[in-house]
Amino acid sequence: MTTPAAPPRTSATGTPHTRREGRAKVTGEARYTGDIPFAELAHGWLVTSTVARGRIRSVDTDTVLAMPGVLAVLHPGNALRLTPGAGLMGPDANLQLLQDDRVPHVGWPVALVVAETQEQARAGADALVITYDEEPYDTAFRADHPGLRPTAPSPLAMPDVDQGDPDAELAASAVVVDREYTTPEEFHNAMEPHAAMARWENGRLEVVDSNQGSYAVAQVLAALFSLDADTVRVRSEHVGGGFGSKGLRLPHTVLAVMATTILHRPVRVVLTRRQMFSLVGHRPATAQRVRLGADADGRLRVVEHETASPTSTVHEFAEQSTRHSRTLYAADAFRLRTRVVPLDVPTPGFMRAPGWAPGSFAVESAMDELAAEVGVDPIALRLRNEPETGPVSGLPFSSRNLVACLEEGARRFGWADRDPRPGVRRDGRWLLGTGVAAAAHSAGVGASTAAITAEADGTYTVRVTAADIGTGARTALGQIAADALEVSPESVRIRIADSDFGLAWLAGGSMGTASWAWAINEAAVALRKKLADLPGDMADLPPEGVTAHADTTELLAAREQRESHGYGAQFAEVAVDPASGEVRVRRMLGIFAVGRVVNPLTARNQFIGGMTWGLSMALHEEGVRDDASGGLANGDLAGYHVAANADVPLIEADWIDEHDTYNPSGIKGLGEIGIVGGAAAVANAVWHATGVRHRHLPISLERVLSGGRR
Amino acid sequence: MREFDYRRAADAHEAVALLSGEPEARFLGGGTNLVDLMKTGVENPALLVDVRGLPLDRIEVAGDGALTIGATMTNSDLAAHPEVRHRYPALAEAVLAGASGQLRNMATVGGNLLQRTRCGYFTDLSRPCNKREPGSGCSALNGEHHNHAILGWSEHCVATNPSDMAVALAAFDAVVRVLTPEGSAEIPLADFYLPVGDTPHRETALPDGALITGVTLPAAPVAARSRYRKVRERASYAFANGSIAAALHVEDGTVRDVRIAFGAVASRPWRAREAERALIGGPATPEAFAAAADAELAAARPLAHNGYKVPLIRNLVVSTLTELQEAAR
Ligand SMILES: Cc1cc2nc3c(=O)[nH]c(=O)nc-3n(C[C@H](O)[C@H](O)[C@H](O)COP(=O)(O)OP(=O)(O)OC[C@H]3O[C@@H](n4cnc5c(N)ncnc54)[C@H](O)[C@@H]3O)c2cc1C
Ligand code: SF4
Repeated sequence: MTTPAAPPRTSATGTPHTRREGRAKVTGEARYTGDIPFAELAHGWLVTSTVARGRIRSVDTDTVLAMPGVLAVLHPGNALRLTPGAGLMGPDANLQLLQDDRVPHVGWPVALVVAETQEQARAGADALVITYDEEPYDTAFRADHPGLRPTAPSPLAMPDVDQGDPDAELAASAVVVDREYTTPEEFHNAMEPHAAMARWENGRLEVVDSNQGSYAVAQVLAALFSLDADTVRVRSEHVGGGFGSKGLRLPHTVLAVMATTILHRPVRVVLTRRQMFSLVGHRPATAQRVRLGADADGRLRVVEHETASPTSTVHEFAEQSTRHSRTLYAADAFRLRTRVVPLDVPTPGFMRAPGWAPGSFAVESAMDELAAEVGVDPIALRLRNEPETGPVSGLPFSSRNLVACLEEGARRFGWADRDPRPGVRRDGRWLLGTGVAAAAHSAGVGASTAAITAEADGTYTVRVTAADIGTGARTALGQIAADALEVSPESVRIRIADSDFGLAWLAGGSMGTASWAWAINEAAVALRKKLADLPGDMADLPPEGVTAHADTTELLAAREQRESHGYGAQFAEVAVDPASGEVRVRRMLGIFAVGRVVNPLTARNQFIGGMTWGLSMALHEEGVRDDASGGLANGDLAGYHVAANADVPLIEADWIDEHDTYNPSGIKGLGEIGIVGGAAAVANAVWHATGVRHRHLPISLERVLSGGRR
Repeated sequence: MREFDYRRAADAHEAVALLSGEPEARFLGGGTNLVDLMKTGVENPALLVDVRGLPLDRIEVAGDGALTIGATMTNSDLAAHPEVRHRYPALAEAVLAGASGQLRNMATVGGNLLQRTRCGYFTDLSRPCNKREPGSGCSALNGEHHNHAILGWSEHCVATNPSDMAVALAAFDAVVRVLTPEGSAEIPLADFYLPVGDTPHRETALPDGALITGVTLPAAPVAARSRYRKVRERASYAFANGSIAAALHVEDGTVRDVRIAFGAVASRPWRAREAERALIGGPATPEAFAAAADAELAAARPLAHNGYKVPLIRNLVVSTLTELQEAAR
């Protein structure tokens, strides 16, 4: 076989590429699930409970069924029976919708009104009268809640750790920092609301969804509705943000499938913003206690980290805040605990950098407190506690460049000139300060399959059930495939987000690109081998082309154990007006080490987006639960503040070169690390500005005016 | 959302005529508040009479220097008007501190004066709220009330008026001009917003069906040196947690004229008359400013979770008056 004369090419990865679908998105040509027209489409509108705990006594369907356009009212009395035990990562009873009359929290789905138009469905939902037998409820989380208990074993649970002799090390420590930190309930409310259209076509269930992993969603739906996996097809071409909220909980998808199965016509369900505040997971509040014992020079003897968070009575989800303390610093002893208490609140879930984000706030704040106590520069303190191997796992690192991130960041931020004294810099009514924090995020890989077809026209088609939730995954995969095939990205077609393409990891856990890239690389190797073995040349390919498949399941299982993380250093400068309580971030810098960066353009987007969120977490975000109802007092974007443009100053993000082939693609994943440590860097800067330590987020006007109180 | 009729009025009299005898009708200004409330089901009008096309979209300057601001002038145009920027800078600053560029382009002066509270329970139909449903109770009194009133509230309602613009208008003794089927009338802003009492659903002295045609600002030389300072949880796109409109005229170290009004502390813009009285004729020192603030805030009754507003307002009085004094030097 002769290879076609290829133009001289440079590597596609590592160079900036604008999004493949960028033009379609800015011109409105790209359609999201809620926008796509379907013939005969009916619309479902969710009705959610207004009480925090109890039982549904009655659903007055007659009035609503008589309203114009209303086709059906689904409720626990007439819903399809679902198969128990289904779930993305173990059984999740949140999927068991309309199965009984129990109400576990405010905002729980109690009915679905289906009508000819969305407006009619909504009018029906507004008019539906539901009565409840209310029961006493408990929605108030606190660090000393008597119901706190160890977490149940699950694939996501970080086991408690007792390593070394923490008590002896504490006793031997010259300095002990023992502090409690809290973070509030936080919400991701993606720009595109959750939406799904379901219909039966030729004996197959077809779902057009907005999710982070169509293969996983298809598997869950098949299990829930007792269908053959082959009969379910889920697609999710364009997704307007997910942040962890589009995969685990699927009320819109499940109810659209239920409705289409009952009504025999296509049904679409779109969640409202308010519904998104209770149905798609959120970051639970955390109460964390950190105890650091150190020698007089700051060398850590012991790290203790206890984290507690609320979950629902439906399903256990615990915030794994100790992830951060497991990998950042060396110590002779560790005591790590995760506790959870079921309350009458919605079930929390994954929210960008779950565990890492709140955990880093507590641990990196405590490190800053230790630095001040010991009288060591905060960066020097971190360098002094750099581990050789995984501090808790004992495993070798696949690579670790936290030191390089801190040093490069310090150089670029101008850290060397910093006066360590708090509360001494003024600019008019503003007090100024700077802060630093370390960041980390696990670099995982999930088993994935991919297929590549060498088409008869000389182009290539890659099929992988990836999801592009706005990150630019489609573009990055094009770059990866182009390099693996040694062709230009323009000659590679990328098809994603179709469960028919087979097993693939989700766009989650910062593992998407890393997982899909590995499979694509393997498929490319297989394809090139197939092509090389072909008689004749490329011009003689059969009309259907030549396809090669890959599956990384076995390769992944055969890997040696390593501790593999991305690392980073976050810097912030803030201004605080102690008279008004206002805090303004003046600049932020993040330097990261995350393996191979496929597309610098979209990578920087991810870092800056994450850092902006860190700022927002530090200063703004807080779900306020109303004791009188058990619901959220600010469950919309008017009440739940995220940083506005005017809050976000110059944010710079960059990375250092890192070569790591633990994943042969060299990719560690970078979607989440940008938020990790951000809130601590800001809080540490507020301390440096004012001399007041803020251990409770957000750092609101009220807290600044009251000197950092709870 | 209920289906409604929509009419457009060509002049003020027609607008009033269209509305009269229609208890379920509302005037529509920019719609930036009313339409949101219709979407959440708080307002359910059967008829909207659009007043945005009325020829009330300009400022007229009277011989004595008083400004009459047309009710349908947009917030953006108001803030950009040279007479306002030079003679009442605090008013321009207050308007610009509110909402966003797009919203200010739509929002009208009349609508701004009548915008409803931002108490979260008011728009949550599943919760009791005396303002929305008289007699149902006040959820905020013992609930979430971080940004509720510290002055002038009653146990029937602890909500605040959210307008920034109205705070500056209150400082400058504005008069609201209205038109009813019976003819035109004037209501001083000080009397325009009613005390809460046990009727929190009745917010203003505006007669039923009355159209706001404009707002008159008497000439006030002191207003040329005025400031509006708004403190909020984020740098833009947020309502105030505390704000102040202030004007100060000092001669030889003695306060000759002063105007102070607070926002986000009561059901109406709060004119700080006690503070003004304490300052007039006295020294213009930070200590005097602080004492004046304390005199006004002696009446404050913070709720369980909004006590921070007392020091916040006190600090704003001191820092804003100090800045005004320094700027005048
Ligand atoms: C996201 C957001 C943020 C905001 N932030 C701020 C802020 O920070 N500060 C602030 O002050 N405001 C803020 N606002 C509120 C905004 O200022 C008001 O919505 C606006 O001023 C209302 O004016 P409008 O013309 O749109 O009123 P509309 O919504 O049209 O009407 C409001 C009310 O006034 C009545 N009305 C209108 N015109 C007349 C008239 N001529 N005579 C009699 N009645 C009339 C209507 O019937 C209705 O009851 C914000 C609004 C939004 C949506
Ligand atoms: S403060 Fe006023 S608006 Fe808020 S709930 Fe109470 S009565 Fe309603």
